Amino acid sequence: MIWYIVRRLLQMIPVFLGATLLIYVMAFYAGGDPIQAIMGDKPLSPAVQDQLRAQYNLDKPLIVQWLIYVGKVVRGDFGVGFNGRPILEQIQTAFPVTFRLALIAVAFETVLGVIAGVISGLRKGTWIDTTLLMISLLVIAVPTFVIGFVAQFVLGVQLGVVPVNVGRDASVVNLLLPGFVLGIVSFAYVLRLTRTSITEVATADHVRTATAKGLSRGGVISKHIMRNSLIPVVTFIGADLGTLMGGAIVTEKIFNIHGVGSVLYQAINKSESPVIVSVVTIMVMVFLLTNLIVDLLYAVLDPRIRHAK
Amino acid sequence: MRSDQTARSLRPAAEHFVAPLDETPLQKVDAVDTTATPRSMWGEASHNLVRNPVFVISALLILLLLFVAAFPGVFTQYDPTKGDLSISNQPPGDGHLLGTTRQGYDVWARVLYGTRTSLTVGFFAMVISTVIGVVIGAFAGYVGGWVDEVLSRITEIFFALPLVLGAIVAFTALSNGVGTVTIALILALFGWTNIARITRGTVLSVKYQDFVTASTALGAGRLTNLAKHVLPNAIAPVIVTATVNLGVFIVAQSTLAYLGLGTGSVSWGGDISDAQPALRNNPMMLFYPSFALAICVLSFIMLGDAVRDALDPKARKR
Repeated sequence: MIWYIVRRLLQMIPVFLGATLLIYVMAFYAGGDPIQAIMGDKPLSPAVQDQLRAQYNLDKPLIVQWLIYVGKVVRGDFGVGFNGRPILEQIQTAFPVTFRLALIAVAFETVLGVIAGVISGLRKGTWIDTTLLMISLLVIAVPTFVIGFVAQFVLGVQLGVVPVNVGRDASVVNLLLPGFVLGIVSFAYVLRLTRTSITEVATADHVRTATAKGLSRGGVISKHIMRNSLIPVVTFIGADLGTLMGGAIVTEKIFNIHGVGSVLYQAINKSESPVIVSVVTIMVMVFLLTNLIVDLLYAVLDPRIRHAK
Repeated sequence: MRSDQTARSLRPAAEHFVAPLDETPLQKVDAVDTTATPRSMWGEASHNLVRNPVFVISALLILLLLFVAAFPGVFTQYDPTKGDLSISNQPPGDGHLLGTTRQGYDVWARVLYGTRTSLTVGFFAMVISTVIGVVIGAFAGYVGGWVDEVLSRITEIFFALPLVLGAIVAFTALSNGVGTVTIALILALFGWTNIARITRGTVLSVKYQDFVTASTALGAGRLTNLAKHVLPNAIAPVIVTATVNLGVFIVAQSTLAYLGLGTGSVSWGGDISDAQPALRNNPMMLFYPSFALAICVLSFIMLGDAVRDALDPKARKR
């Protein structure tokens, strides 16, 4: 087990370095002159340009620049935005909000998705299975921003059950609807994945043996079917966090939540590339870390992985 | 009669459970035409597909969408990019089938022309990402060793950048003007990893099987083996994933357009974003492009589902 963790950690290093390099090259190099981008259309004297270039290390080769950047990121220094505020400070206030939002979304998609998937998988071909499948298809096809608007319009504007705008008060209660909207597409995928997985495992030999030995239906489902069929679901939820981060930008925009996604959205509007790069880098770091945790969880669930050399 | 009763009384009184036999009846076995040429996997699959209503409906919808994307002018006489402020916010009717937007655009024309953007982006992104994914996955799995190690790490790097986030960064880099093909390239750049993983997995599971060894023994080169014997096994799962990816790319493109990262051409995501401020007074303006988007994505997902069921013998058996 310990070797498995060490190996996974070592594998993460090149991936992290490669991902930051990719982001860095894209944001700072493909877009032309970054100094001119800061200043907009104003003309700059060559002396000022050189001085700014030196200040942002733009006079050094790309690899050196990137190494300096990674070195700073590892120490938690993300630089300063165009408005002079440290980027980390902007993200620090926004991060807990998005974290709560994502947690609600993950909880919702996992709990409801697995329950619906198990029901659907064990009753394959019945009306309840067909209904659940139809719902999942609809949810996947209708884009998140449309579902968000309709939910906001019906529940917020017309019925007044939930606040239309979350704004500064990002309490768990206020984030329930946005979290639901954020997680709903993944809910459909979890449902479908669980269903496929359950139907596959339900006809396996070990399940028949367990039934033949006289184990109750509930015991068979919880001990022999669920545990085996949840492994792909756990992997999916880890990988899905990336989708949730992209979705958070949209959800936070709809419900006016001051989270990381809205910081990113504002940065996009102002083409503020240092902020965009920092926010995306942090998201990638969070994504890699959660996937590491998921892999470890995977090893807990599946002894074959734990005991592999 | 008597002997039967004694036989029954001799047996223990326990209840017997006899499992239902789902054997094929003998007449059916006799009815099989043994002289007929066996169908190939694809023959079998297409035989099943044309009988599957899900496939027929989604395929017809996709054909219709393709036709609309190719010739949107057939269905409307209006130019979707020419607004007429004197007819702003008109209700449906009076020559404008679905009314007009605040800028005086014809809504029906914009929905029609939006099909072109969505399908072009989705299709190009799907083709490019599938080619990248298959090439990288095949080499990683087939060559193995350090090549596999390097290619797998590269795949993980791109996997670590979620589709929409990666596209946002690339977009800000290309600040001056992004065309339809460029956005397809950007989406493909971050969307090929699942294809690569599937191809690598299939290649790994096939490459040491006997028929590949036999082909090597008969003098086939490594590349011939890869192309003729190993890769064909990956085609089925790759097609299924690519079809679903197409839907994912269309959603991603409209999400980007919704966030203001559009191509400048008419697109459903951009129109949904424009309709948002008027939601309270004119919710239908939001509904039409959303409906078109949903139908489009739904068709591709249903198509992928149907093809998977047709190609997977386990799912077919029931």
